[in-house]
Amino acid sequence: MSQGTKKNRVTKKSRGTRVTGIGRLLIAVYGVLALAATGRSFVQIVGKFDEAPLAYTLSALAAVVYIVATVALMRPSTAWYRVAWITIGFEMLGVLVIGTLSLVDPALFPHDTVWSVYGRGYLFIPLVLPILGMWWLSRHRPTGPSESAS
Amino acid sequence: MIEWFTWVQLAVAVLGGLLCLALGLAGRKPSDLTMGATALVEVLLIVQLIIALIAPAVGNHPTGSLLEFYTYLISAILLPVGAGFWALVERSKWSSVILGVACLSVGVMLYRMLQIWTVQGA
Repeated sequence: MSQGTKKNRVTKKSRGTRVTGIGRLLIAVYGVLALAATGRSFVQIVGKFDEAPLAYTLSALAAVVYIVATVALMRPSTAWYRVAWITIGFEMLGVLVIGTLSLVDPALFPHDTVWSVYGRGYLFIPLVLPILGMWWLSRHRPTGPSESAS
Repeated sequence: MIEWFTWVQLAVAVLGGLLCLALGLAGRKPSDLTMGATALVEVLLIVQLIIALIAPAVGNHPTGSLLEFYTYLISAILLPVGAGFWALVERSKWSSVILGVACLSVGVMLYRMLQIWTVQGA
């Protein structure tokens, strides 16, 4: 449709922030996933916690990590950048480990978590998102050591 | 839950979502059209909430967990509001895309809600 005249005029301007271009979409999707994970773990913990304390505690943990990751992606500082890496790395690890375990030994996780079967219950978004997240982070390092991490 | 209403609502959410997504990716900023579509999705969700509140009283009971149903419904109600505010604060093409993502997410959640209410819930 449009002639493609406006190429990358956005990216250069705001160097400190990661809330640019398609990164906004990433953050929005993270937000939705955080909401979904929180909602599910809320239902599980309020409704039937005794049935599978381990799986449901894990669900809650995953939900918290998604929330922190969403916030960390939005924040410009170097410290938050590190937090984003840690939380997204944790998600990647979680979805791979729990996903594999749930396939190898289904008895271990009879109840669904966000990460069961690599996030099948969530259209595999939990598997794809950390990969996109890490790619995004690696391309948007905070510039210079201007802010000393605390 | 009224089944045909939910299907109509689901269609609106999916079509509206695809519309916002397409216009956003084509470089359009949030407009009356995309904001209107999102607002329509939101209004239908409120109607759904009212229906859900009344339905059990007139003998229309969910087969699955009501707690789960409401968690989905409340989350779904929050989504278009959040995306809408985002679109108001920041007028870029990505805001249109985010409107689309929110509407499509609502569509998925509506489908889950329909399952919980009509088919024995998970």
